[in-house]
Amino acid sequence: MAVYAFWILATIVVLSAVMVIAARNPVHSVLFLILAFFTSAGLLVLIGAEFLAMLLVVVYVGAVAVLFLFVVMMLDVDFVELKQGFLSYLPFGLLVGAVFLAEIVMASFAGLENHVGTFDASPGAETNAEAIGQVMYTQYMLLFQLAGIVLLVSMIGAIVLTLRHRPGVKRQSIAHQTARRRSDAFELKDPSSGQGI
Amino acid sequence: MDLGLSHYLAVSAALFTIGVVGIFVNRKNIIVILMAIELILLSVNINMIAFSVFNGDITGQIFAMLVLTVAAAEAAVGLAILVVYFRNRGDIAVENVDLMKG
Repeated sequence: MAVYAFWILATIVVLSAVMVIAARNPVHSVLFLILAFFTSAGLLVLIGAEFLAMLLVVVYVGAVAVLFLFVVMMLDVDFVELKQGFLSYLPFGLLVGAVFLAEIVMASFAGLENHVGTFDASPGAETNAEAIGQVMYTQYMLLFQLAGIVLLVSMIGAIVLTLRHRPGVKRQSIAHQTARRRSDAFELKDPSSGQGI
Repeated sequence: MDLGLSHYLAVSAALFTIGVVGIFVNRKNIIVILMAIELILLSVNINMIAFSVFNGDITGQIFAMLVLTVAAAEAAVGLAILVVYFRNRGDIAVENVDLMKG
């Protein structure tokens, strides 16, 4: 039963991945990317890695793909022009892809008989999330913290990159307002009569 | 036939290859290139999780989480750079990026 589910999901993943790179409209590409993420989350549920599957849905679909969708829809780009050259690059791309696939298949299946171990998605624990938590907050605490720093740095980087101060925009500056003194605001003049200042 | 490690390795290899081919064929469209990179990272994740589960070693799933973190960070910074580039140039043609150098 699980094998049939696997083949269905695997077919959907591969086909939607092909559509990601082949779709004419990038919005469709992003939607197929979301489909690929969802179905690969299903593939992970099949072998019992539920926590990573949910993380894939939350992070990839909820954050990354929506970010892509946002940017694709925000940028007003002529996508037909960008699609030119697709067919001229296609033979070279397929050649490189075939070589790559052959290398990966040979490399990964050559050493498969060496793999020892038993099927266990959550070793030493009842649930998958418990098994991950038991090692992530103890043995891999430093890596966990460093991942947080990576996210913080990328967040600051994205803000710094996209923040811009437009000249000529009037904004209220409360500090400036409250720091204003009477002497900054006006001065008394005593013009003699019959003359201007 | 039982569900085995080789099934997942095959899916992962296919996804990785599709991602690499996507970078080659969509050389003008940087948004699709970024999406192809996401596909490659997804295939790496599937590979690590499959090895982790079929070997009964949880470490692979921890590392898949770290890859996920880096993928999210990379997407955020990459798209921010893309937005800034679009603001400066008015298009996102990749072959003109070298005009931006000082």
